[in-house]
Formats: sequence, C-alpha cells, structure tokens
Amino acid sequence: MAETLLETRNLNRYFGGLHAVKNVSFAVTRGMIKAVIGPNGAGKTTLFNLVAGSIPPNGGQVLFRGRSITAWKPHAVAAQGIARTFQTTKLFPHMTVLENVMMGRHPRTRSGFIAGMLNLPHTWREERQVRSKAMEILADLNLTEYARETAANLSFGRQRLVEFARALATEPQILLLDEPAAGLNIYETQALSRLILRIRDRGITCLVVEHDMSLVMSISDDVVVLDQGAKIAEGPPRAIQRDPEVIRVYLGDDHAAAGKS
Amino acid sequence: MDFTQVLQYCLAGITVGSVYAIVAIGFNIIYSATGIINFAQGEFLIVGAMTAVSLHHYMPLPMAVLLAVAITAVLGGLVELVFIRRVRDASVLRLIVITIGVSILLREGMLHVWDEQVRGLPYFTGTSLSTIGLMGARISPQVLWVLGVCTVIVTALTLFFKLTLTGRAMRACADDRMAARLCGIKDSRMVTLSFMLSAAIGALAGCVISPLTQTQYDMGAPLAIKGFTVAILGGLGNSMAAVVAGLLLGLLETLAVSQLPVAYKEVVSIVVLLLVLIFRPSGLFARRETSALRA
Amino acid sequence: MNKHLRMYGPVIAAAVAVVVLQLALSASHAPYYMTQVTMSVYYALVVLGLCLLMGYAGQASLGHAGFFAVGGYTAAVMTTCNLNAYRDAALIGWCRSVGLLIEKQDLYGHPMLCFSPWPACITALVLTGLVALLIGVPVIRLKGHYLAMATLGFGLIIHRIVQGAQVFGQADGISNVPPFQLFGDLEVNGRAAFRVQNYYIAWTVALVALVLAINLVHSRVGRALRSIHENEEAAHSLGVNTYRYKLATFVLSALFAAMGGILLTHYNGSIGPSEVSVMKSVRYVAIVAVGGMANLWGAMLMGVLLSFLSLRGVFGTYDDLVFGAILIVMMLFASEGLLRMPNWRALRARLQGKPHG
Repeated sequence: MAETLLETRNLNRYFGGLHAVKNVSFAVTRGMIKAVIGPNGAGKTTLFNLVAGSIPPNGGQVLFRGRSITAWKPHAVAAQGIARTFQTTKLFPHMTVLENVMMGRHPRTRSGFIAGMLNLPHTWREERQVRSKAMEILADLNLTEYARETAANLSFGRQRLVEFARALATEPQILLLDEPAAGLNIYETQALSRLILRIRDRGITCLVVEHDMSLVMSISDDVVVLDQGAKIAEGPPRAIQRDPEVIRVYLGDDHAAAGKS
Repeated sequence: MDFTQVLQYCLAGITVGSVYAIVAIGFNIIYSATGIINFAQGEFLIVGAMTAVSLHHYMPLPMAVLLAVAITAVLGGLVELVFIRRVRDASVLRLIVITIGVSILLREGMLHVWDEQVRGLPYFTGTSLSTIGLMGARISPQVLWVLGVCTVIVTALTLFFKLTLTGRAMRACADDRMAARLCGIKDSRMVTLSFMLSAAIGALAGCVISPLTQTQYDMGAPLAIKGFTVAILGGLGNSMAAVVAGLLLGLLETLAVSQLPVAYKEVVSIVVLLLVLIFRPSGLFARRETSALRA
Repeated sequence: MNKHLRMYGPVIAAAVAVVVLQLALSASHAPYYMTQVTMSVYYALVVLGLCLLMGYAGQASLGHAGFFAVGGYTAAVMTTCNLNAYRDAALIGWCRSVGLLIEKQDLYGHPMLCFSPWPACITALVLTGLVALLIGVPVIRLKGHYLAMATLGFGLIIHRIVQGAQVFGQADGISNVPPFQLFGDLEVNGRAAFRVQNYYIAWTVALVALVLAINLVHSRVGRALRSIHENEEAAHSLGVNTYRYKLATFVLSALFAAMGGILLTHYNGSIGPSEVSVMKSVRYVAIVAVGGMANLWGAMLMGVLLSFLSLRGVFGTYDDLVFGAILIVMMLFASEGLLRMPNWRALRARLQGKPHG
C-alpha cells in the first residue's frame, strides 16, 4: 500500500538561457529514503528548491499526497508537513538552541497576535507543550546540555544537528535534506546515516540531495541521478552503481565502456 | 492653453526634470556599487551650490563651480570612508538609518554654516532678466545651461563607464564584487569612488540649477525624494531609463502645478512614487525579474 | 510562572517608580515638569510601536509622525468641526440619536454640534489602520528600503496636506480641541488642576501598551517575529507567513502611534503641522535606535527621557542635529542600543567574577 507521498511531473526551470531542470519526473513513496545525486551543476539544488517552494518552476508540477503544491510559497509548503534543511545551516543565530527548536513547532501551533498580546491562558498551555516537545527532541539528539546556549556559539557539526532538531520539531511527513553531509568528517557522516535511518524508522519519509556516495549507498532505498538538469537514471542503489550512463557521467567514457563488458 | 504656454511649461518641466535625472543617476551609481540607497544624495546638490556661492566671493564663477564640485566630491568620499565603510555587511535597516543620519548631519551642518538664508549663484550667462526666444516661448539662458550640463554629465558618464578602465572596473564591481576582487580590482576603492562620483555630479547639477531656483539649506530632502522617485520609475540601477523617467516626472510636475495650487507641487512626485511602488516597483523599463526586489 | 515574573516584575517596578516620580515632582518647586513628562509619555507610545516594527519585524518606517497625525488630526477635526448646519440630515440625525454627538456652544454662544471624543477616537484608529494597510499591503513584500521610502513619502504627503488644507487649519493647526472624557470623572485635559490625574492617565495607557507589547514579544508570534528578523528564509521554511506578520506588525505600530496622537491632541487641546514634519519621524527612529532596536524597555525609557529633554529645550537650536548624530553613532557603534552594548555584559560578568563566553 505504498502511498506516493511526493511527486514531481515534468518539472522545468530556466535561469535566463540556462535550462537548469529539464522535465524531471520522479516519485517518493511513504517510508522510503530517496536520494538525488549527480555531478556538480546537475541541477540538484535547483530541483530541491523547486520542491520546497523557494523558487517557482517554469513548467511541470509538484504533488504532495496527490494534491498540487506547485509554486506554493515556502510557508504554505511547510504547513503541509514538508520540512527542509539548508545546505548552509540557517539557524537563528542570536536565539538559543532551545528557542530555535521551539520555532520548529510553529506550524503545529496556533496562537495569534491577539491571544499573544493579551497573554490569554490557553496560550500558556501551548507554550508549555512547545517547550517540552522541543526539550524532548533535543534529548533525542543528545543536545540537551546546549539548550540554553546561543545558537551561533555552537560548533559547525552541532549547528547542523540543531537544524535537524528544528526540522523534526515540525512533525513533518517528509523531510527534505539539502546536502546534510557537507562539511562532515567520516565519523560524523556515519552518525548522520544512523540518524537518518532512525528518523525513517519513526515514519518520516526522507528526500536527500547528496554528494557523499558512502552515505547515499548505505541508507537510500532509491536513487535518482541527475546530469545537466535531466534525470538519467532511477532505481535502487546497487542498480545505479552499475548503470553505464551513471558511470559515464561520473567517471568518463572509458569506465563506462569497461563497465559494460 | 495655447501652444506657447504649453511649450513654456514643457521647457520648465524638462529643465527641472533633468536635474531630477541627475539626482537619480547619483542614486543609481551608489546603488549599483553597494546596494545602498543613499538618503543623503539630495544634500550633495545643496552643498555644492552653497559652497560655490561662498567661493564666488573670492574667485570667478567657473573656478568657484569647479572647486565646489571638487570639494563636494571629497565630501562624498569622506562620507563613505567614515560612515559606510565600517558597516558594509550590516543589515538593510542599519544602512538606511545611517544614510538618514548622514543627511541630517549634512543639513544641520549647512544650517550652521550658511544659516537659513536663501542664496543663489549668479546666472552663468546674462542676468535674471535676459531671455532667449525659442519658437515663441521665452526662456532664460540658464535653462540651456542646465540642459547642456546635464547632457554632458550623462554622456561623460556613459563614456566613462564604457570606455575607461576605472569605469569598467566600477561596473565589474557592481555586477559581481567577488569576481572583481579576484581580478585585482580593489572593491573598497570602487565604492569610495562611486560616492565621490555621485557627489560630484550632484554638486554640478546643484550649481547649474541654483540661479533659477535659488538654494536653501533644507532643499536636499525634497530633491532626494524626487530623485529616488525617478530612479525607481526608471528602474533602480538603470541610468538611461533614469534620464527618460526624470524628464517625465519634471513634465508631470510642471503641468500639474499649472492646474493645482502650488502647495501641492510636491504631492505630485510623492503620489507618483507611491503609485510606482504599489503597481510597478521594478520600474517602467523593467527588464530583470522583480524577484530581485523581493524581501 | 517564573516566566511571568520575569515579564511583569519590571512593570511593577516601573509603576512604583512612576508614583515616586509624581510625588517628587509635586513636592518640588517645579510641578509643571509633570506636564512635560505627561507629553513625553504620549510620544513614547509612538516610539514603542516603532520599536516593535523596527526591532522585531526588522522594517524601517520613516513616516511614523504621519500616523501620529492621522490619529491626532482626525480626532481634532471630528471633535471641533461644527455640524450644526447639517443637524437634520439623515446621517447626522442618526448620530445624534445614538449619542455620538455633543451639543455645546462656541465662543459667541452659537450652538455647536460636534462628535464626542470616543467616536472620534475609534474612527481615528480605524482610519489609521486602513491607511497603514493601504501602504503596507503593496510595499511590505518588497525590500526594506522601499518601505522606508514609501513611509517617508507618506509622512511628507500628510505634512503637505495638513499644511495646505483649510479643514486642517493649515499652518495654525486645529485648536480648542475638547477634553477627552474617559470614564466617569476621568478626563484627558491640559488644565493645571488636573495635572496629577493626567500624569497617571498617561502612564497607565503607556504601561498597558507596554504590557501588551511585552506579552506579544514573549508569545509564539513574538518568537516568529524574532525569527523573521534573524533569518527570514529559515523562518519562511518553518511555516511563518513572513509577509502577513510584517504587515500585521506595521499596522499595529501605526495604531500605537495614532493612539499617542489622539491622546496628546486632547491633552494639549490642539495639534499643528509641526507634529508631522520629517524630522519628527526621524526623531522617533533615532530614539528607537538609542533605546535598542529590540528593547521595549529601552524604547520606553529613551522615549520619555529624550522627548522630555527636547521639550525642556536642553538641546537648543541643535535639536535636530543631536538626533541625527544619535542615529549615526548608534548605528555605527551600538546597534543593540545603549542598554545592551556587548561591553556592558562583559563588564558585568567580569565584575561578578564569572567567565565570559
């Protein structure tokens, strides 16, 4: 009963004369970890931004649970249950780690301006819940000791983790990860793999854009390969590894020929 | 209104419009180089004119004007060095507030140096009474000076940016600062230069319009608003369009004044500003995506 | 509960300080200082709203004096404009029957029919909200510079209009604005005998506004506003409708300004074009900068203090220059405001013998 959670159909995006994303179509089923890989300039980040709503496509559709979310603004996309992380960590630098994660609860809470200004009692309970949920997530990721620390003071790896925590706080149905392993060493990458698997086991589907092959091969259920904006292969990691087109794009023609024989 | 009257109004509109265009170009130069809107732009015109008036007591007019332009250019550079350079990476909000502060300082400085008296440079050629006939309309020769000087400024700038090495370096900086730096262009120097250039052309325009409108210490802010309106109308950063937009606004304002009470003269340009911001913030001649303007 | 104590503790302390100040002023040889403090408090109301806008939503408004004017002038016009000639017209008749109008006599004993202050106040606030929406809706989606320019233009237009139009009294403004009867015997007026009463009315309004602002800042919305200010893209990706939040904050800050305008107009009994000049708007921005962009207490404190000093004439002819210099100095060196300069925190930590991170 694999439900198609996220789907793109013939997605297109131009930047002036550059055709950055060419008719890309793929689907992500619920519960899977799907990776999007490709050499530099393949259009991975553009594709990612199209899905997340940061930029509108010039053609094609993005569907979430069967409904079109094409060209929806980021905040509307987030409200649907789609969370994302950023390639360069975008925390709220002067807010504490706890406050950053509490912000993650925003799409799941509702107190507005009037309730806020009048400090109505029903907001007190909501605030308490926001705080305790945030602390829970921090504990889950072993970040409790940094809760009161200013976000900007943390090490790079921990900042990454806080951004994760914040995304998880939104209780997403699908998590979009933009090069989560960038800048991490081999041990940190392994820890990251374990974390993503744990997240998936909790029922959160993951779409990962990544360069790091070890991460991709070890955790993905399915892989999409882009080259110069177009999709050139899609399938389980083992099949992708042997696909001649993929080999050609990454390693050059000789290797592809060698792979065939 | 008969033809002569219309022509008269049109000439007046073009005259004042060309000054607005120069202010707008000043905005554009700094905006292109730094992304900042320099709220103090209008003050450069007034400082230039006032300085020239004072210098004229001691030297012939042409020298006074040239020296005033040079002094104002230096002032522009100083403004950049003292105030802007430290905070280039600051938030938009901070930069806005700083340039506002600078405009106030300049204005109050002018008030204390030159008091509230209205002064004006003498007419470059002839007197306040001389007129030239043009197809039935009578205009002061100063009008020709204004149009001439503004045309020269625009042409010179275009040539400067297209043909000279420094000009091209400034354009490179405006386009992609990092790439320019990698080519050995000292971007901080380009920024200072952009301020000096804006100040210089502002001062020149201020001098040439001074005999016609007279100059007072607080005329900077209204000029800045109109210049900004023109810059936005043409599209920020697009100096050719600024010229057209400037003439347009000048005409609009003069024709409106012929119908409405004089007190509402400034309302025209502000209404235009608000309309442009509301309906077409990328300007009449927009080429690029409006997303560059979005917050 | 601890959180509430931290939020409201200072408010209680401030209330105590207000009372102490009043007693001190009443006992001193210059009780008329109280009048100027009262006026300063109403100006501080404008600053408070602007602080929310600038410090939390991160938007600049260079025309807040314009909102002050929309509030003040609307109230003034409605409470002084004689509708006697139209007393039998349908709309006016209805207003009379509902009690919105007051019958009184002018200087020559002729009958006058004007709006009573409460409906005037409500109308002024609604009008201000509409104007703020009119400007904000198209402009807030653009970059910060554009809102600054648009509000500057707005302030200028209002200035020109009140200077030019007959109904607003042109250069003389509007005077003979009646007192504002609040509840029972409480009245906002400028008479010396009621000096103390008005002092407390002003401070009550200000502290209530402050409490509302404190509440907002500590709420979910406040957190969202701060997140917008810190990293708008990230906030957007967390479901924060940044456009709507900025717009709402803009309108709210305009309403605060209008409230200050309305009350001060009734207190002074008049309003004039000088309240709407560009320099006034810039002054409000300067005060927010000094108090600390995102520091409500700083805004309140500096709002009262600097307005008071200005009213006392302490800055002399250099009044505008002082505020301009303040702006620049603040932006260059202490954009967190005087009360939050990083060195102070380090200094305090060192004095307490704690290690400073």
